[in-house]
Amino acid sequence: MLEIKNLHASINGKEILKGINLSVKAGEVHAIMGPNGSGKSTLSSVLVGNPAFTVTEGEVTFNGKDLLALSPEDRSREGIFLSFQYPVEIPGVSMVNFMRAAVNAHREYKGLPPVSATDFLKMMREKRAIVELDNKLASRSVNEGFSGGEKKRNEIFQMAMLEPKLSILDETDSGLDIDALRIVASGVNKLKRADNATIVITHYQRLLDYIKPDIVHVLYKGRIVKTAGPELALELEERGYDWIKKEFE
Amino acid sequence: MSMKAEQQYIDLFSQCEDLICRKSAPVLNALRAEAFADFEQLGFPSLKGEDYKYTDVARAFAPNYGLNLNRLEIPVNPYDVFRCDVPNLSTSLYFVVNDMFYNKALPKAHLPEGVYAGGLADFTQAYPEVAARYYGKAASLAKNGMVALNTMLVQDGFVLYVPKGVMVERPIQLVNIFRSDVDTMANRRILFIVEENAEAKLLVCDHSIDDVKFLANQVIEIFAEANARVDYYDLEESSVSTTRFSSLYVKQAAGSNVVVNGITLTNGLTRNNYHVSLEGEGAEVSLCGMSVLDREQQLDTYSHVTHHVPRCTCNELFKNVLNDHAIGAFSGRILVKQGADKTSAYQTNRNLCATRECRMYSKPQLEIYADDVKCSHGMTTGQLDENALFYMQSRGISRKEARMLLSVAFTSDVIDHIRVEALKDRLHKLVEKRFRGELAKCAGCRICK
Repeated sequence: MLEIKNLHASINGKEILKGINLSVKAGEVHAIMGPNGSGKSTLSSVLVGNPAFTVTEGEVTFNGKDLLALSPEDRSREGIFLSFQYPVEIPGVSMVNFMRAAVNAHREYKGLPPVSATDFLKMMREKRAIVELDNKLASRSVNEGFSGGEKKRNEIFQMAMLEPKLSILDETDSGLDIDALRIVASGVNKLKRADNATIVITHYQRLLDYIKPDIVHVLYKGRIVKTAGPELALELEERGYDWIKKEFE
Repeated sequence: MSMKAEQQYIDLFSQCEDLICRKSAPVLNALRAEAFADFEQLGFPSLKGEDYKYTDVARAFAPNYGLNLNRLEIPVNPYDVFRCDVPNLSTSLYFVVNDMFYNKALPKAHLPEGVYAGGLADFTQAYPEVAARYYGKAASLAKNGMVALNTMLVQDGFVLYVPKGVMVERPIQLVNIFRSDVDTMANRRILFIVEENAEAKLLVCDHSIDDVKFLANQVIEIFAEANARVDYYDLEESSVSTTRFSSLYVKQAAGSNVVVNGITLTNGLTRNNYHVSLEGEGAEVSLCGMSVLDREQQLDTYSHVTHHVPRCTCNELFKNVLNDHAIGAFSGRILVKQGADKTSAYQTNRNLCATRECRMYSKPQLEIYADDVKCSHGMTTGQLDENALFYMQSRGISRKEARMLLSVAFTSDVIDHIRVEALKDRLHKLVEKRFRGELAKCAGCRICK
């Protein structure tokens, strides 16, 4: 599904990603772990086309398409979804209008007519239930005045609405208490299917207790330095990152 | 240059005074001589003065516009060019064609007893005492050449008069139609009087239905007597070849509550002056406006709110979205006079500039001579939030659509100040259409379609 080859990317002339190689297949859950500043969030930003970053080398294909040649909106329409570490507040734009615009943009891309008002509301209701998102939140402005936990649940709600092929969860666990974490993780698990894939970016093992990864990678200084099964996450939890750092200093 | 621009109006009045008066009414005629003297002395405001830096008034008035001093009937049936089929908004729909009240077919509105909605000249005959008590009493001649010019030339206009204790629930709608085959100047006048404990809402829409040059010099006087509740909504959808100078005066007595909301969606050059005088304790005013300006559109907003007495509230909010080569200006002054303690006065001006070529000039001002007050002012001019744009794009929304949604959101709080639900909904939709580029040329009032 996703093939990343020798990806280099920089921001303001500073190289952050220094040759990433990663292959994700349908049905898989990958965890990307690593210490602060290793490039985890940069990788997710580059994959969704954040204009702040410049790709200097390498290629990324998504279901056979050259991902890097696509606009951010077309990447989304092709089925890539990023759950933001810091979801953006958009005062004055209601969740309903925001989601309707997004769903209809996806439908138009597929050659489908806009969703009817009744179907859309039904869809909103069903997907809201997945992350136990209050109706009141859905009628408010996007993320405005939402608590940290509500914002993250709202990300997963949007994911449920858009049914992506590849979801990237960037530090979705940060700032969540244990109940919210459980709701968010269970939402992600409910959306898991044989034909979609997930990349979970996290510091901690904690989230991986709920979302079980098939493969765990360690990102350090802009490269993937270690790849193993779920046991690697447990080992990192126990021993920290220092032993890995030492190996690559 | 500037004397020349004034001279043609001085000559016009000197030559046509008899005609102007004959085709008007005594209450209006009574102020002409004084207005003429004031105009001769004041002339047009100069670009060199602080208040008219960005609008060249003399240049706007320099061309030779036709005036309908003879009060010839304009061959137009506004009901034909303008269809209104939203009963809850438009049961009371009135027209002014250029600067003549259209009294051919009046709406069959059931207005409450004692309420007058109709032509200004007729009103002064029907209610001479009320007319004399209010006409020209809010707009001051001596300080303003534009008001003086209007007062010396105006022959008719529109009046909404609501006597003591009467509530007019549904909004009254007035449509100003510019219709002419030659370049035309109109001197429009509105008198909106709401007496003690009375309530009324007036929506005024501007439309230009021909491609010739139009110039409007209008004066609006709003009187809110004690505990009156007054809404004045102004929707400008004229044309790129329409120039409008508007001087709006509000005089508020104790406990009155006034909303003024001016929306510009299509225009050429507009100068809106808002003067609010809070003269009775506990008076409240909400003074708002928004515009969508592109191409060469220009909007210059000037506001001056004076707190004369204690415990009055003023909320001021103006927003502009500029594109292409548009020019916007905002100058807001809130004056809190000595002794006007417990004043609350807030002023906000926010602007979005979408291109490097558009220009926004903003000057917020507070002048406070009382000790115990709550006042604030703020101004921002900038671009749409890139983070928000990217967030929306990352959900599949095109950049263009995202910009549109954010622009609509930016102006929505101004629309939210409208106190008529149906009108608010319509305006939200209208503004969205405007941002989508779906409002081409004016073809009647979209409020009603």
